[in-house]
Amino acid sequence: MTDLTSLTLAEARKGLADKTFTSLELTDAHLSAIEAARVLNAFVMETPDQARAMAREADGKIAKGDAGPLAGIPLGIKDLFATKGVRTTACSKILGNFVPTYESTVTSQLWRDGAVMLGKLNNDEFAMGSSNETSCFGPVGNPWRRDGSNTTLVPGGSSGGSASAVAALLCMGATATDTGGSIRQPAAFTATVGIKPTYGRCSRWGIVAFASSLDQAGPIARSVRDAAMLLRSMAGHDPKDTTSVDIPVPDYEAAIGKSVKGMKIGIPREYRLDGMPAEIEKLWSEGAAWLKAAGAELVEVSLPHTKYALPAYYIVAPAEASSNLARYDGVRYGLREPAKNIIELYENTRASGFGAEVKRRVMIGTYVLSAGYYDAYYLRAQKVRTLIKKDFEDCFAKGVDAILTPATPSAAFGIGEKGGADPVEMYLNDIFTVTVNMAGLPGIAVPAGKDAQGLPLGLQLIGRPFDEETLFSLGEVIEQAAGRFTPARWW
Amino acid sequence: MSTATHKLLKGATGDWEMVIGMEIHAQVTSNAKLFSGASTEFGGEPNTHVSLVDAAMPGMLPVINEECVRQAVRTGLGLNARINLRSVFDRKNYFYPDSPQGYQISQYKSPVVGEGEVLVELDGGRSVTIGIERLHLEQDAGKLLHDRSPTMSNVDLNRCGVALMEIVSKPDIRDAEQAKAYVTKLRSILRYLGTCDGDMEKGSLRADVNVSVRKPGGPLGTRCEIKNMNSITFIGQAIEYEARRQIEILEDGGQIDQETRLYDPNKGETRSMRSKEEAHDYRYFPDPDLLPLEFSQEFVDALRSKLPELPDQKKTRFIADFGLSAYDASVLVAERESAVFYETVLDKLANRAGDGKLAANWVINELFGRLNKEGRDIAGSPVNAEQLAAIIDLIGEGTISGKIAKDLFEIVWQEGGDPRTLVESRGMKQVTDLSAIEKVVDDIIAANPDKAAQVKDKPQSLGWFVGQVMKASGGKANPQSVNDLLKSKLGL
Repeated sequence: MTDLTSLTLAEARKGLADKTFTSLELTDAHLSAIEAARVLNAFVMETPDQARAMAREADGKIAKGDAGPLAGIPLGIKDLFATKGVRTTACSKILGNFVPTYESTVTSQLWRDGAVMLGKLNNDEFAMGSSNETSCFGPVGNPWRRDGSNTTLVPGGSSGGSASAVAALLCMGATATDTGGSIRQPAAFTATVGIKPTYGRCSRWGIVAFASSLDQAGPIARSVRDAAMLLRSMAGHDPKDTTSVDIPVPDYEAAIGKSVKGMKIGIPREYRLDGMPAEIEKLWSEGAAWLKAAGAELVEVSLPHTKYALPAYYIVAPAEASSNLARYDGVRYGLREPAKNIIELYENTRASGFGAEVKRRVMIGTYVLSAGYYDAYYLRAQKVRTLIKKDFEDCFAKGVDAILTPATPSAAFGIGEKGGADPVEMYLNDIFTVTVNMAGLPGIAVPAGKDAQGLPLGLQLIGRPFDEETLFSLGEVIEQAAGRFTPARWW
Repeated sequence: MSTATHKLLKGATGDWEMVIGMEIHAQVTSNAKLFSGASTEFGGEPNTHVSLVDAAMPGMLPVINEECVRQAVRTGLGLNARINLRSVFDRKNYFYPDSPQGYQISQYKSPVVGEGEVLVELDGGRSVTIGIERLHLEQDAGKLLHDRSPTMSNVDLNRCGVALMEIVSKPDIRDAEQAKAYVTKLRSILRYLGTCDGDMEKGSLRADVNVSVRKPGGPLGTRCEIKNMNSITFIGQAIEYEARRQIEILEDGGQIDQETRLYDPNKGETRSMRSKEEAHDYRYFPDPDLLPLEFSQEFVDALRSKLPELPDQKKTRFIADFGLSAYDASVLVAERESAVFYETVLDKLANRAGDGKLAANWVINELFGRLNKEGRDIAGSPVNAEQLAAIIDLIGEGTISGKIAKDLFEIVWQEGGDPRTLVESRGMKQVTDLSAIEKVVDDIIAANPDKAAQVKDKPQSLGWFVGQVMKASGGKANPQSVNDLLKSKLGL
């Protein structure tokens, strides 16, 4: 039998339906792979017993012909998603051994459709980071290495565990979240496919909040089709999240292979950064050429406020985070440090429970919302946000169907290489992705090639609100042209 | 807008005027909390009415309870206020264990209800109109319990997240009497609307009172805020004390520090809680978990069409329909329960239009008078509306006199029973049978020939004869019949 972990989700679905193998076999294969790959530190909690129980249940349903769309498919879950009865920490010490009594809407929909949970995946603490180095469980290793090098690289972040686990074939797909690029950047760093859907497409209920107006769940998967299958189960209106949108979820998989002929693809002038590596430039041109070859029309477009996106993002996101993280106070759950009075309890608990990057953002957020600074920072950033949104609207109003950009300004870097002295160096990783969150649009990252050192690079497609289907159609074209990439196993 | 003269305080340097504004926190009458499905029931075991949202568990999101929105809009309409079709929920950030989220969801820049006004009646037929600045919805906090452990405090989150309406007045109030009357009137309107039970003892209605003093007509002084008042009497006392404290400081050449103060009813004084320098920076910003609150004019109009009659309208109607005095009408409408009682009596009367005024007199003078004397409220009245209506009918139809009616009321109060049956069984019926009265009249005239002779010159002495006849009949003779009969027998 072929190695069951090397299948795509679509292939596994067929194998299960044809009874070529069982979900239990598929699940066991992945559990073994996880065990063998602990050096990657992708999983922070393995749930083999639960996985096998869910797999058996799925096998029963498949046998009865009562299988959901994801029946028997083993997945990894980012530790930001609350999972009932299974420790959920957002990879922060402050949540300690918090075990939710509730299941997030997104994961409950996956279980409803028959998926199997392998365990909880590592991420940057409270999803704050672009390298998965801020996790209280330690950094995650990227299964990719530079040619001829033993240096462990970061998988990107904040969904580093999700990207690493999918790339290393530890799970068939993973949930992830994206506030400024946390799905698309790690997907690009690991040659996986990641889509951040339109804001409001997936429920945020039961996902530990980072920045409420930007956070959105999405899948990281091995192929565009796999991502489409996963998103279909994850998406949908939820009355418990009033920012989720009540429009039907289409069959995203039906968009795969759909002709892109005549589609207008915008190439934004402002994304051509000074000092951008030539190989990123080359990748971008190549991607454009593939789409053109498939019949799409390329047009240069302008998104004039792009350069203000990152600074504005680093006001809005920390502002919301500073308020969202106020609930971690040592009073009701999670870590509580000893103290003589309530102020000390707050101070001691939060000082020892939060890591440096989280503290930095809470401080920034508190500052920009302070009386006297609110207008100069927060209000202005919101105005910039409106302008960024308008840039995209103007562009789509001219008939542009999607916008093609690089996903990241570079390939994966080594653990400890970036952001040590200057956090902005790390923040620049999200330069191509934050605008999408600021505008609430869908964005997909698709592997498109490798750099000179053999590391994967990705392209990003940005779509109209709630038009994820076009992104899947276009993403498939890039995937077909570029091929799929699998890292050589070293772990 | 003040049309009433108000009280000035005398200081060493002359008269001082008080300027008072109030923020009333009224708990919304609703089954569930503002943003969660947890029960709002009062008095449960600690932490039994707490949802995951109330406890601010990770990943939980607020969802607006539409019933609370309807209640806020209805209240706004009752305050003759502008209803904002679009308003915004903001986060007010602060750390305290009674606030699990680390912020209170409130409305800061865009409240659901804008400017309105309340007509407030004062003694002696005076009245004053107090402006409403705004009304907004916000979450209540939990409660700290300090008596359960020697070293720690506990927190009860049952109230946490319950909907409050914060009703902010303009600084239009000028003395303690007006302040008390304003709270009383507001509470009455809320109870009529059924949007807040107004129970101050349970904390359903609390007031923060802003007080400053100035020379009459002079510029506004620095204000102090007296927090969390839950008794109308204490509000009056606190204002008087606080104004005098400020006058004393100013007259001694000092200045007022803007600060938050607490009133100690045992000592009858206010004391500093925190100064402006210690004031929190709440870092308000729009709550990104909630969309702006938007509804249509049709939604508002539908609520308006179903509003109950409010005290001011009821008062006008009572005066017009039954010829009540403005004072009597005010007394009847002041509390919803009183008005309901009066109207129930009216509904049971045989002659509603004719006896409405009589009924008002009986409700106010006999019933309320008696209830007040015994320290009871209308809900605990031994005489119900049906019984009272029967008594009034008996007077109206001439079956009993007003005097007998008072005796009958006393019997019903003490023993209960159907007034009409009691009148029969106890022989209290007025005697209108002329032959029965005639005998008594003849006897009295025969026994008093001197007086009978005098009465032609002194017609006013007829009253003595009437009194004698009534006395002899045990009060049951019809006074009019007695009068007529005496007149004819005495040749008047």
